[in-house]
This record gives sequence, structure tokens and C-alpha cells, in this order.
Amino acid sequence: MICERLDWGRTPYDAAMARMDARAAARQGGAVPDALVFVEHDPVVTLGRGSHRGHLLLPEAALQARGIAVRECGRGGDVTYHGPGQLVGYPILLLEPERRDAHRFLRDLEQALIEALADLGVAARRSDGRTGVWCGERKIASIGVRFSRWVTSHGFALNVARDVSGFDVIVPCGLPGVRMSSVERESGRAVSLAQAADAVERRFAQVFRRRMSAAAPVGSAAA
Amino acid sequence: MRVDVIMPQMGESIQEGTLTKWIRKVGDPVKRDEPLFEISTDKVDAEIPAPAAGRLAEVKVEEGVTVPINTVVAVLETDASAALGAALSASPAPAAAPAPAAAPAAPAGAAPKPAPAAPAPAVARADATAEALRRTRSSPVVRKIAAEHGVDIASLSGSGIGGRVTRKDILAVLESGAAGRPAAAAGPMMHVPAFAPGERFERVPMTVMRRKIAEHMVMSRHTSAHVVTLFEINYAAIDRIRREHGAAFLERHGVKLTYMPFIAKAVVESLAVFPVLNASIDGGDVLYKKDINLGIAVALDWGLIVPVVKGAADLTIAGLAKAIVSLADKARNKKLAPDDVAGGTFTITNPGQFGGLFGTPIINQPQVAILGVGGIEKRPIVIDDAIAIRPMGYLALSFDHRLVDGAVADQFMADVKKRLQEFAGPVL
Repeated sequence: MICERLDWGRTPYDAAMARMDARAAARQGGAVPDALVFVEHDPVVTLGRGSHRGHLLLPEAALQARGIAVRECGRGGDVTYHGPGQLVGYPILLLEPERRDAHRFLRDLEQALIEALADLGVAARRSDGRTGVWCGERKIASIGVRFSRWVTSHGFALNVARDVSGFDVIVPCGLPGVRMSSVERESGRAVSLAQAADAVERRFAQVFRRRMSAAAPVGSAAA
Repeated sequence: MRVDVIMPQMGESIQEGTLTKWIRKVGDPVKRDEPLFEISTDKVDAEIPAPAAGRLAEVKVEEGVTVPINTVVAVLETDASAALGAALSASPAPAAAPAPAAAPAAPAGAAPKPAPAAPAPAVARADATAEALRRTRSSPVVRKIAAEHGVDIASLSGSGIGGRVTRKDILAVLESGAAGRPAAAAGPMMHVPAFAPGERFERVPMTVMRRKIAEHMVMSRHTSAHVVTLFEINYAAIDRIRREHGAAFLERHGVKLTYMPFIAKAVVESLAVFPVLNASIDGGDVLYKKDINLGIAVALDWGLIVPVVKGAADLTIAGLAKAIVSLADKARNKKLAPDDVAGGTFTITNPGQFGGLFGTPIINQPQVAILGVGGIEKRPIVIDDAIAIRPMGYLALSFDHRLVDGAVADQFMADVKKRLQEFAGPVL
């Protein structure tokens, strides 16, 4: 199956959501192939439907004063933070019948990220009962997804840059005491978002058995 | 035709889902495969399409409620029967409409949608008298059972045709222990408005946990005859042991040596001596529980939960300490399994952790007693006619006077107190 890799670059959260939803709708209708979207967001705190507002450590007004938007979104999971230096990936796939298992999809995403991290020189692992990717007890990637008739959207956020202080304003994933880490912190060397994206794309293709292609010519990839 | 809509299984290892949002409302027409509702499990949200075209006739599971997979969450009426359904939901009372078997349609109680929190029936019934509903909604047998047990049929929502309360419904109510108390106490008979016209407020739906706590607390107050007895404990012996062995204990067992395992140990030993406090009432019988499963109330940012230390009688101080810490961690990380919160026979709660001297807790049904641990602090006390400074704290026992008399409760507490003040057992 063909899967387009789409690089949206630095995109405000609301605009990215609108594009993601449109792409997912188009995928449901069969108008476009599968896609793996990479994007980097302006600082934003997003609340999944299971979120507890108490996991925001500052009032919304204080967050906004710091230039951090607060948004509710239709993915699973609790509160998280996105910001510069973080590789956000939205797989927009129509899952094959044998892959239509929510837990399997989460585990597959973790697997692709763990393998990509290994390629980047970072030893990462799963943590039982805590979806996401971990280095020891430090969380390096968060996952929260949505299915709409088995078309996936939302996805993962992999911390790449050294600075993860953006997470200081929340209780990540609603798990008190969790510390966040990043590819640069764990590997001890400089890693760009593009390098991280390439690694993830390669492993994602293997785990999900997709043949990756660059985005279709301008026009048809409007979604 | 009526088509059941079920909570789908989103994966092999997924056993339940939370209904987060109804995209369609009762009465709305729906197309096959059009998104009908949204669910949430673990880190996954999903939109669930309608299994058939028709009209959404009935919503059985409200937003925010978690149900096992394959639970019927709604009923669709496919086109043939839609017209009748619309007619029914338009009429305020189900005026004995003997619905043909094919179209029981929306039981009057469930039809008017918005239903913010409660399963609505009260609203729909406002116009009809309880007596009329009793007649129209139940068979003579059911009415007889209801009368015998003092159950108000009008306060129940029936699963039978046209919303009738069936024999099975009423037996289920009796089974659940909800009966046997004045029906008025549970019902919305004395309704005090929650807000005045023009009053400013923000309306926020209660979480599932909040609603369950609310229901359970009121139910318990109506079930048990609560009495509280209060004892003051001198924790000097425990305090000394903690100071002497605390560091080694932490080293060896990986958890801090708090007061809690000592209190749990004393309670477990005293329960063995006074088994009536480790019991439940079942109709006219007393069930003396053979195992001591200790519930430990854990305060969460988003509510309260009572995980259970199973087989507490077999545990040492270290075993109790580890079990309590482990369950509290699981609770705070939302990792408790259903089994972790089931089967408690006695509960300890710790209102003193924020400085309260003591609390008078509500019994965790179907248990018959709960111990509230007050804050421990140094206080001046009189020992041998001299004033001394000792770490002191109150223990409050709420007990069910239906089963436990004051003398027994106090003897139990005196026994707990003695064990705590004279504690000499090994801790490492």
C-alpha cells in the first residue's frame, strides 16, 4: 500500500487540525491514499477527551500570556504539550481489516518509534499500561489517536530538541511525576527534526507495511 | 424494525468503552454508516457509525458512561417503524398505549433526549400521576411485590413493553438493596431548585466517578444506621519503631514506614476477635466474612476510590505497607483493575492527612463499619499525674447500629487502641 509522506513544517495547531481532518475525510472517501504527516506546532496545550483540567498547572490565561494556546481535541488520552523542537506525526491510514485493533495500532506506533529511536542512538522501550515511548522512567514520545471508521488520525509527538521545559505547565498524560526527555537529551548529540522524521518514516513503513512516496504533485494533495 | 446499536470492541484486549459523545440526538434520522456516537478507550477515541438507516429511537447509555463491549447503547428504528415512534415520543404520557410487539418504541422515560444527568424519567412523568403510571406500567404481580417491599414503581424505569416495570425489574431493584427504605427518600419528591433565575453559574456534567460516589454515599446513609465512636490513641510506641527502623525498612522494602500499616495490622487483628465488624447484612441474615479484605480509601485529584488489600490477615507490616502503597499508586495512575476495588469487608479512610483531627466517615456498603484515621500530632497529655508530650491522634469508627451495638464497637476500638499503643511485633 502506498503512503504519502507529507511535511507541513511549522504549522499553527488549528490550521494543522483542519488540514488533518480534511485529509482524514478524504481518506475515508477514498479520494487520497494513506499519509504520514509530519508537522511542528507553535506552543499549544491540548486536552484529549479523557483530560482532567487539573492537569493544567497554570490557568488558561496565564498559559496564553506565555504564548501557549489551549485546545480541546478529539483524540484519546489526557493533556499534552506540543511546541517547537517536537516532531508531531499524524498517520492518516485506512487500516486493513487484520489491523483493526486499537491496541495493536498503539503498539505498532510505539514499535515504529522505538526502532526509529534506536536508529538515532536512543534506547527506548514500552511501559506496561502507559501508552507512549519511554527511556527508563522518562517519557520521550506521547501517543493519542482517533479512529473514524478505521481511518486513523492524530498520532504521536516525539520530543527531539533538548529543551522540554514546555511540558512544565502540565501534568503530562495526567501521570503525576512523569519526567519528559528528548532525542537530543538521550543521545547527547544534535538531531534535527528532519533527521528524526526520516528515521520514523523508514521504521513506520516497515511496521505498517507501507510503501512510502513523496507527496503527490501540488493540486491533488490539496487535502 | 428495531436495530440495537452496541458498544463495539475496538481491539482484542479491549473490554469496555466510554461513550463520550452522541453525535445524533434521539429522534434524529440517521443514515447507514453515518457517525452516530464517539467512544473513548485508553489512548484511543473513535467515531462509531450507525449500523443501519432509520431514526435514533432510544439512547440507553448517557455520555460519560463506561460500559462493557457489546452493551446495547442505543436503538435505531428502521424506516418502517419510525412513524409510530415519532407519534409515541410526541405524546407526553404513554397513555396505556398497548404497543404492538414489533414497536415497543421509546419507553416514555427515555425518549425526551437532553437528559443532562439522571436517566430522565422524572421529567416525562411530571404530567402523569404515580398511580396512573403504576396501573399502566406494571402487572398486578409486580404491584403486589412493590407494595410488600414499599417500592414506588413510579420511581423505576421499566424494561418492559412501553416502559412497564416487569417482575424482573422489580426483583433486580430488591436484589440491589435499594428497596426497604422509604421510596420518597430516593426520589425527587422534595425538589429544591439548584439555582435561582438570573443566578450566574457554569454548568459542568459530573464525571462518572463523581456520580457513583454521590449515589453510593446517599445509598449508604439510607441503608445503615450510622453511629460514630471516637478513641484517642497514643502513638508513642509506633513513633519509636518508625524512628528506629524507618530507614532500614525503606532500604529493605522500598516503601516508607508510615503509621498506616500499623493501624491496618491492629485493625485486622481486632477484626479477627470481633468478626461482627467484618460482616454484611443480607436480608434477615448476617454474613460473617471469612476473609479480611481491607479497603483503603485513596483521595484522587478527581475523586476518591477504595482499592482493597485482599487477604489482609496474612500480611505482615511490610506486606501491608507495600500493598497499600502499590494500590494507592495504581489508583493515582488509573491502573486499578476492577478486581482491585472489589470484595472489601472493612474500610480504613484517612481524613487526617490534611490536618483534620477526625472525620465521621460514611460506611462503604455492604460493609458495616469504617475507620477514620485522624491526624497525628504531638499533644500534651497526662501520664501518671504528670504532663507529657506524645504523638496523639483520634480514630473514629462509624458502625452500622443495625448489626453492631455500641458496646461491641467500643470493645473493638479498645482492642485496636491497645494493639497500637503496645505494639511490639517485628516490622522488618
